Amino acid sequence: METLSSLADGFAIALTWQNLLLALLGCFLGTMMGALPGLGPSNGVAILIPLAFTLGLGATPSLILLTSVYYGAMYGGRISSILLNIPGDEPAMMTCLDGYPMAKNGRAGEALALSGVASFVGAFLATWGLILLAPQLVKIALLFGPAEYFALFTLAFATLGGIASTNQAKTAFAAALGIGLATVGVDTQTGVPRFTFGEVHLYDGIDFLVAIVGLFALSEVFLFLEHRHGASDASGHKVSVGRMMPSLSLLKSCTPTMLRTSFLGFVAGVLPGAGASLGSFISYTMEKRLVDKDGTFGTGDPRGVAAPEAGNNAAAGGALVPMLALGVPGSGTTAVLLAVLLALNITPGPLLFTQQPDVVWGLIAALFIANFMLLAMNIPMIGLFTRVLLIPPRILMPIVAMVSFVGIYGISGSSFDLLVMIGFGVAGWVLRKLDVPLVPIILGTLLGNAMENNLRRAITIDNGNWWTLIDSPLSIGLWSLAVIGFVLPIVFGRILKARMKHMAKDEEGAVVD
Amino acid sequence: MSDRIFGLVGLLLALGYAWAALTIEESFLSDAVGPKAFPLIIATVLGLASLAIIAKPDAAPHWPSFMRFLEVGTAIAVMILYAILLPELGFLIATALAATYLTWRLGSAPISSVVSGCATSAGIYAVFHLVLGLSLAKGPLGF
Repeated sequence: METLSSLADGFAIALTWQNLLLALLGCFLGTMMGALPGLGPSNGVAILIPLAFTLGLGATPSLILLTSVYYGAMYGGRISSILLNIPGDEPAMMTCLDGYPMAKNGRAGEALALSGVASFVGAFLATWGLILLAPQLVKIALLFGPAEYFALFTLAFATLGGIASTNQAKTAFAAALGIGLATVGVDTQTGVPRFTFGEVHLYDGIDFLVAIVGLFALSEVFLFLEHRHGASDASGHKVSVGRMMPSLSLLKSCTPTMLRTSFLGFVAGVLPGAGASLGSFISYTMEKRLVDKDGTFGTGDPRGVAAPEAGNNAAAGGALVPMLALGVPGSGTTAVLLAVLLALNITPGPLLFTQQPDVVWGLIAALFIANFMLLAMNIPMIGLFTRVLLIPPRILMPIVAMVSFVGIYGISGSSFDLLVMIGFGVAGWVLRKLDVPLVPIILGTLLGNAMENNLRRAITIDNGNWWTLIDSPLSIGLWSLAVIGFVLPIVFGRILKARMKHMAKDEEGAVVD
Repeated sequence: MSDRIFGLVGLLLALGYAWAALTIEESFLSDAVGPKAFPLIIATVLGLASLAIIAKPDAAPHWPSFMRFLEVGTAIAVMILYAILLPELGFLIATALAATYLTWRLGSAPISSVVSGCATSAGIYAVFHLVLGLSLAKGPLGF
């Protein structure tokens, strides 16, 4: 009951003209960014953070704008999967399997509309899950002291590579690199400068927004330059959509699938290290086992389109639970959303729910609103979004680069930050070539300071006794989870990743034949 | 091989970071842990991860040919020039030049690159400065 009245308050905050307009803008931009191959949800949100920040939007409006972009991008990723067999972002990979065959059979419009509905169901149920689960998690989190928080941060880093990670050494390297970058600047506890080499610009530390935009957006531009990938993927394809509305009987036949996979996706999203890609993978494979009796999956079965879309959108909502309740994101895009909060001087975590309930519930209400907007936008206006696919990267990528520069320059107005950003862009390009994940670096720069502060607080409270870190059952539990989460992928990672790849390949082969 | 070199660079980075951590001047007012301990832990993780990468390298990635490398290198140089010249030339001119270059290198014909570069610059200026009121770099000409 209390939850419902908080939610009503949230709607009162979200339902202003400005916020509705921002949500609409966010949904539109997000869907476009999701649809364009090469601009995923993390990139999209990353480019827009400095802008929301420099435009002087308040905390709640900025969050509404950026989470709408996040949800929108999750919707948009399916469009190029279905029409071109090229996933717009990683979680949309599984949607190619049945979406593209459906399009080849002349049912592209139906596939798009059905996946739009499935996305809606997944995201809508996940938002309810967020409302129910996050306050419970907050109750647990309130028991955490500094030692437990330190263990929790370690757990977040240890599991960040995900179950499908192939090289844990590289994940650990990336995390350490990010945390190391966070230690640059004046030490918050004693006031001595660290790793600044006398450069005054570095005394404030490295702005994580500069790092994020450089690593995500600029490195993408370099990748496109390297391959001189300037032509649109859609050129040469005939992008025809056909019948737009799915029939009621089709929706009805897919409903059980959507409900099951929403639940599964949500759970995958909440768990650390799983995320949306795994959510859609698990959803698809489970549905295939469960309902694919005639072997129609992979040949354009509508349920094969509904399953991964409901799964990945539910996972996107689920991933917000640990981010909001604990302040520890479980996926790349939620890490970027954490950056939004930190840039706005909001510390997520259990106290956020009690101290700034307007931010939390305003955000949750905005998620509901964004969902309905996206559903409304994605069915009648899908034709417009398919046109977006025709924009060639040779026009798009310079815009991405220039908007990144504008955003960063807007924060500080200094060329130094731009140079640092270019440095991060180059580093991001090299690291991506070497298959080093970038998300742990980002998370490291975001959480490094909090992690160190908690460590030092815990030990100072206990008069310099380092064993205090594993003193309570709660922290021992967290440490063991961290160890398991780090070691498990070393054993299973390769197998799982190979299966995901193998499956995608198999189906592609079937299409070509 | 790429991974071995990368691991070696990482190891050097870890050693350099650890050395820099050891030379941090401690203030007389310090907590029980001090400013050095945490960076040293991180340096250890960085070093161990680098050693693991050297010991068990992945297959080498597909590195581009020399010409493609040069392409990326020139683009980096252009962006650095852009960052330095932005306050000198003003937003509109600097951005138009940089966007034209990038569009051209991504495969547009020269004339259409100029058109789309100028359009990109003017479009961003219109949206972010005129509509949203963001302050962009002002050159000698006032824009």
